Amino acid sequence: MPRRDHPVGAARKNKHLRLVLRYTLLSMAAIVILFPIYTAVVNSLLLPSQIAHQPPPLFPAHPQWSSYAKAWNQGHLGIYLRNSAIQTGIIVAGQLVTSILAAYAFAFLDFPFKRTLFIVFLATLMVPFEVTVATNLSTVSSLGWFNTFPGLTVPFLATGFGVFLLRQAFLQIPRDLKEAAQLDGYGHLRFLWSVAIPLARPVIAALGVFSFLGAWNQYLWPLLVTGNDTSVRTVQIGLKELLNTQLDQLNVSLAGTVIAVIPLLILMVVFQKQLVRSLTAGAVK
Amino acid sequence: MTTLHFSSKHKEWRLAYLLLLPALVVFAVFTFYPFLKNFQLALYQNPPYPGLPSHFVGLRQVGSVLSSTDFHQSLLSTLAFVLMVVPVGLLGGLTLAVAAHKQLRGMAVYRTVFSSTVVSSVAVAAVIFGTLMDPVVGLLPWLGINPTPAILSNPTWALPAVSIIAIWQFLGLSFIIMLAGLQSLPEEVLEAARLDGAGTWTQFWRVTIPLLSPTLFFGLVVETIYAFQSFGQIDILIGPQNAPFTHTNVLLYAIYRALSIQNDPGAAAVLSIVLFTITLALTMAQFRFLERRVHYAEA
Repeated sequence: MPRRDHPVGAARKNKHLRLVLRYTLLSMAAIVILFPIYTAVVNSLLLPSQIAHQPPPLFPAHPQWSSYAKAWNQGHLGIYLRNSAIQTGIIVAGQLVTSILAAYAFAFLDFPFKRTLFIVFLATLMVPFEVTVATNLSTVSSLGWFNTFPGLTVPFLATGFGVFLLRQAFLQIPRDLKEAAQLDGYGHLRFLWSVAIPLARPVIAALGVFSFLGAWNQYLWPLLVTGNDTSVRTVQIGLKELLNTQLDQLNVSLAGTVIAVIPLLILMVVFQKQLVRSLTAGAVK
Repeated sequence: MTTLHFSSKHKEWRLAYLLLLPALVVFAVFTFYPFLKNFQLALYQNPPYPGLPSHFVGLRQVGSVLSSTDFHQSLLSTLAFVLMVVPVGLLGGLTLAVAAHKQLRGMAVYRTVFSSTVVSSVAVAAVIFGTLMDPVVGLLPWLGINPTPAILSNPTWALPAVSIIAIWQFLGLSFIIMLAGLQSLPEEVLEAARLDGAGTWTQFWRVTIPLLSPTLFFGLVVETIYAFQSFGQIDILIGPQNAPFTHTNVLLYAIYRALSIQNDPGAAAVLSIVLFTITLALTMAQFRFLERRVHYAEA
């Protein structure tokens, strides 16, 4: 940024005041946004009797970690967390594989009906999953996939958004590189594996983070497809159950919430750049 | 390439179809088939008892669902929810982005904080805010606000209350979209406005906002689509057994209820078609707008 010196003291003072004002505003906004999460962490460490105390304590003087053990064991969050990890892992891996393969075909190969097929892929973006649940539910149950990981994950193993995003990334790769690789005797699959994928890695990572976020936070489908069975229940549905069964123990529900959100906060802090890239794909350029 | 001869061209075709196949199978079974099936389901009425065959009633079921007071109430609740959530979420995100846009010390921390709510799921947000809105242990009695019945069981306040939860969740997404938009603005144009002596406000309204309009529009469409698909907060915090339920029965909740509680795929299909039509209209509006922008930029 070009720095301009203001010879007039008043202007400098004004600038200083503005800076203070900006930081005050930013800090107030940050406090408001973090406040709900902060109270959740605090309350999860209090005894139920302390939570009901007015005014509510703003700091846990004697943190009670037992609520976390309760949420983990009696609330089955340990199992649900594992289920969510499996479900999310399958969906992310599946979406990456199917998207990379299809995007490669659209970016590097010529074949009949290419345009039509691409439009078919794009058309899936117009159909929100919510619109398809009625029939998907009966499809999954007729396949015997109710309360199973295939039931939780298979409907999400492909994504039009992912194909579109990766095709764009593959199209950025210079044609010369493809021809040079061909002259070196690279087949398509070898070119894909050792040239295209490494070059598109930032975009692949962005898609991975986006898929992770979407899969981990799914609510409607796991609720419908895991029914009353707890063996494959995901952590989001587990939170609902925890809140309904432990109403007198709010600290346990909140401990469960903190447990459920921690993997995502880590993801957010580590992969912020990729997350931003995927969420704004289509907005800017 | 011209050196390809006939058989290798066929090989390329085969490889292409093979690569597309996995995604195509998933789309065919779990996107296109169920989407089209909705139109058939909508024409068949489900029997009052499970096990009996459903019978063809033509458009009668579509008419009866669309003209029911339940549906009208549901549509009104959805619209009210969207109108409460989207404008506030967008403006809040824009304000935060403008405040955190400048490259100043410590800005990375603020940006992380402002983006953070994007990762919270509906369930997480619902449990946290449910506690804050609790009539006994929540924030409201502490502030001396004690509506009877309690805020989440109150027909007037239940929907605004769940809207606040959604606004908090959307703030992160809004912020991320708006900040990316601000950062992509051409610095020369802003600098030119500054040199022309435009004040901060004039510059913001006359230069920044018009340049940012594609981003604002993208945010508007994406968040409106998301808002139409929200229902987890309501399922967790209110649920169908509670009194204010009819005032919070948003479209997606109506679909969920038709499916899992009323066992009525026919009604669910009609409601799904309505949801699809709304989403399609919004997406089309987005495309139209972007197209116009492109022509405008080229001219």
